Amino acid sequence: MTSLIRPDGPAKLTGRATYAADTQVPDVVYAALAPATVPFGRVVEVNLKAALDAPGVIEAYDHTNFVPMVAMQAPMLGHSVIPLQQDKIHYDGQPIALVLAETLEQAQHAAQLVTATYADTGTPLMFDQAEDIGPGGPQWIPLDAVKGDHQAGLAAADKTITAAYTTSDRHHSAIEPSATIAWWEGEEVVLHSSVQAAAMAQPVVATAFGVPAEHVRVICPFVGGGFGSKGYVWPHLLLAAAAAKASGRAVKLVMTRAQMFSLSGHQPATAHEVTLAATNDGKLTAVRHYGVNAAARVGQYYEATTSASTWLYDSPNIEVHNRIREVDRPQPTPMRAPMEGMGQFALESAVDELAHELGIDPVEFRIRNEPAVNPMDGKPFSQRSLVECLRQGAAKFGWADRKPGMRDGNDLIGWGVAVSTMPAFRMPSSARVRVGSDGHVVVETGMQEIGSGLPGMVQLVAGEVLGVDPADVEVRHGDSSFPPHSGTVGSISTGALGSAVQAAATEVLEKLQAQPGDQLGAMVDAAGLEFVDAEARWAPDEASGGYSIQTYGAVFAEVRVDEDLGLVRVPRIVAVYSAGRIINQLAARSQMSGGIIWGLGQALLEKSVMEPTMGRFLSRNLAGYVVPVNADIGSIDVSFVDEADRIASPVGAKGIGELGATGVSAAIANAVFHATGRRVRDLPIRIHDLL
Amino acid sequence: MKTFTYARADSVEEALAALAEPGTQLMAGGTELVNWLKEGIEQPDRLVDITRLPLRGIEEAHVLRIGALTTMSEVQASPWVRRNYPVLAESLLRAASPQLRNMATIGGNLQQRTRCPYFRSDTPVPCNKREPGSGCSALSGETGGLAIFGWSEQCVATHPSDLAVALAALDATIVVRSAEGERRIPATEFHTLPGDEPARTTELRPDELIVAVELPYIAPNSFYLKVRERVSYEFAVVSAAAAVSLAGNEIASAHVALGGVAHRPWRLTAAEAALSGVAIDDKAALGRAIEQSFVDARPLAGNEYKVILAQRAAVRALMTAGGAV
Repeated sequence: MTSLIRPDGPAKLTGRATYAADTQVPDVVYAALAPATVPFGRVVEVNLKAALDAPGVIEAYDHTNFVPMVAMQAPMLGHSVIPLQQDKIHYDGQPIALVLAETLEQAQHAAQLVTATYADTGTPLMFDQAEDIGPGGPQWIPLDAVKGDHQAGLAAADKTITAAYTTSDRHHSAIEPSATIAWWEGEEVVLHSSVQAAAMAQPVVATAFGVPAEHVRVICPFVGGGFGSKGYVWPHLLLAAAAAKASGRAVKLVMTRAQMFSLSGHQPATAHEVTLAATNDGKLTAVRHYGVNAAARVGQYYEATTSASTWLYDSPNIEVHNRIREVDRPQPTPMRAPMEGMGQFALESAVDELAHELGIDPVEFRIRNEPAVNPMDGKPFSQRSLVECLRQGAAKFGWADRKPGMRDGNDLIGWGVAVSTMPAFRMPSSARVRVGSDGHVVVETGMQEIGSGLPGMVQLVAGEVLGVDPADVEVRHGDSSFPPHSGTVGSISTGALGSAVQAAATEVLEKLQAQPGDQLGAMVDAAGLEFVDAEARWAPDEASGGYSIQTYGAVFAEVRVDEDLGLVRVPRIVAVYSAGRIINQLAARSQMSGGIIWGLGQALLEKSVMEPTMGRFLSRNLAGYVVPVNADIGSIDVSFVDEADRIASPVGAKGIGELGATGVSAAIANAVFHATGRRVRDLPIRIHDLL
Repeated sequence: MKTFTYARADSVEEALAALAEPGTQLMAGGTELVNWLKEGIEQPDRLVDITRLPLRGIEEAHVLRIGALTTMSEVQASPWVRRNYPVLAESLLRAASPQLRNMATIGGNLQQRTRCPYFRSDTPVPCNKREPGSGCSALSGETGGLAIFGWSEQCVATHPSDLAVALAALDATIVVRSAEGERRIPATEFHTLPGDEPARTTELRPDELIVAVELPYIAPNSFYLKVRERVSYEFAVVSAAAAVSLAGNEIASAHVALGGVAHRPWRLTAAEAALSGVAIDDKAALGRAIEQSFVDARPLAGNEYKVILAQRAAVRALMTAGGAV
């Protein structure tokens, strides 16, 4: 495992890295949005007069006078209804007007002057009031999966537990709000936009305006945090492009923090029921996991929260079911970590409950139920070192010294463990590698750097294949005119882009094979060329489809719970991961630490309150939506099993960005139980749960 | 944000004259006022910057006098304050990030407005503080952070200042000035209860300016406990300011005020009387004494936990102040 300091670091630290809204565009005008203030219904009339009369205002638009656009399905659209196209209101915060002005302040002030009347509105339906339904149409992860006979599994068991768990609505809350600067050059549109996937933005914008994809250029080298909120395509892109088309100007639209709570998705509240049954010697006989998530009334957004329950533990009888509840709210979207980020809290809490009932150490219980193959479909695992993670983690943490009744003054001390896992999502990626006769190596890819250190990863892979110093590899990224990358989403990038870079660099070497010497530049020169290049695309192959491919980890947490005040603090976490080849140890450790902190936020702080009478998120700001700060974070010890998964990807890597955020909340909740004897099954764990 | 003009006042008289003109807001550190401007809570025609007025500094005498424009950092950093008023120093340290404490002033801190999420809503919702007569959305809404004492049907908000709680416990005086001269207002009465006038926050009249805060006695055995789920940079769920004097192991006199429970710092007068003679390390007896002030607690549906939490916080603050933790 190697370590490389990220090449993009100095530019970011000194403010030279150009984020979307930082891009200097001459004669740009500013857009601001006015939101709907009802949870559903119809806008009867939008009154733009006061806005139009305000200083500096160039134009104002509502659904009656805006550029028509064609909506693609969601996804890739975040919400399949594009605003300012019709009078129907689908959610509180839906834009009902867009104002263009010469300055940002003028645009925002004028937008506040927009008024509207509504009809056909009423009391919003809440998550705990709606019925469970199965989303229609094909699902990429089936709603239901059943193996064996659940009742037979219960009959064969000595102990059974059934418990209900919930997770809360959460918002991504990236530091950089979403932003787009757009202008048209004839039939072509250029967008500087804060997106995780230029490759998704491009076709959605092309469809919206009925132009060929190659007429849409999306530029985004750096994303100031996304966590899923910039993956699918949200209104700012389309509204900025449309306003630019309507006005003939370059238009800049930056989401306010409040708008980020309605117009870029959220992680939906989920509810779970888990039943686990086992014999007295700790062998599971039945696993059943039922999960349901909140969804908007259009799009039927679906979180497959029960997936890991199909592969994590061996059992002759396993069944999982997923449903959704359609409610009146803005559309959810994937958020670090989708699916298992919520589902693992339920499953791994339940495992802890059952192990406790059986009187078996929770590490030992998990090891006893380690499957040899995927227990649901029988496929071999491409690579799975979960038991090693548990053993290494237990040793590093000092788990053998765990005992009940640990305390220090007013603090009750508890230790908890849980397993992390994510499916290894895999999507295509491509890159071009060019070696000049001067020896200079350039890699080009459409990839967005989101803070995880992808340019450094590209340097390391290219450098390794070409035999050059990684720091000498120039990485150009973040432009849809470069070879496309599916997106910096779903933890796909290192496996996919790393493999594409590896293939392209290998092809360059093959082209130079006949040339004498071992200096790349001299070999290019000897071939009589200015440069040699190759573009390669990687996509998952059919052979790997025969395998069950995931990432794994074990998280150990210590908590201190103030027995009078109910405050939970987390002084230390130890985590060991099995995630294929770790290409840049330094960046990977940083990313896992961030994921663990993300999970700590889920466990103890993050809850976006859905106001029950208004159908909107109540505190659309970072004072009311609380995420961890430095003072919340103690020691975090991250390590990796040294391995490579060449079935998952030729470069041997699998994704880690989401993995780190799974299992953490369960480990903390399990530690709280160990400390206090109280089992908190609803996240986040708050003071009032522990008084 | 509405357009406004900006000017500086060079003297207290100038500032007071400016206040006489409608549409004027005074600005010191600006850490809260800028929020109001951005959130649409205030839409002044003009801002008058008062940071150059000669109201800055700490007079370290038996009666501590702090100029209204002294920054939170300056007070917190004073060795005199740290030694003689731990509760004050701690309340300032826990109140905000260093960046905010370096800008925010003592006088401004006391004029914060509630963090009630309905009051702070980015698009208007019924709120009698924002729009008198429009109703209180919080009363039937999300109440977790709201009042358990002294609220009215019109408003259930709490006051967010940590400093105000420490000052209330220490019998401080807020010195205010208008063109007519100075007034002295007890810290326990400076903030109003919502009653029928929920839009008001303090007793400060529109023509008045805070010039100083005075503390009448030292409180070396004192402590401020801020209970919040995030370790730093969050408003209190509840907080407790306590100062004690001991005779041996027993409490001779105690002063306790709570934050996060009412529209003003909530002084526990009945409990203070009951605390006299209680051993500082007798947690159960301290709890019984504190309970005396909770007979009139009126939690809302959804914040009942605060009644328990506030009592425990008061006990912990007392024991810490008295060196028993």
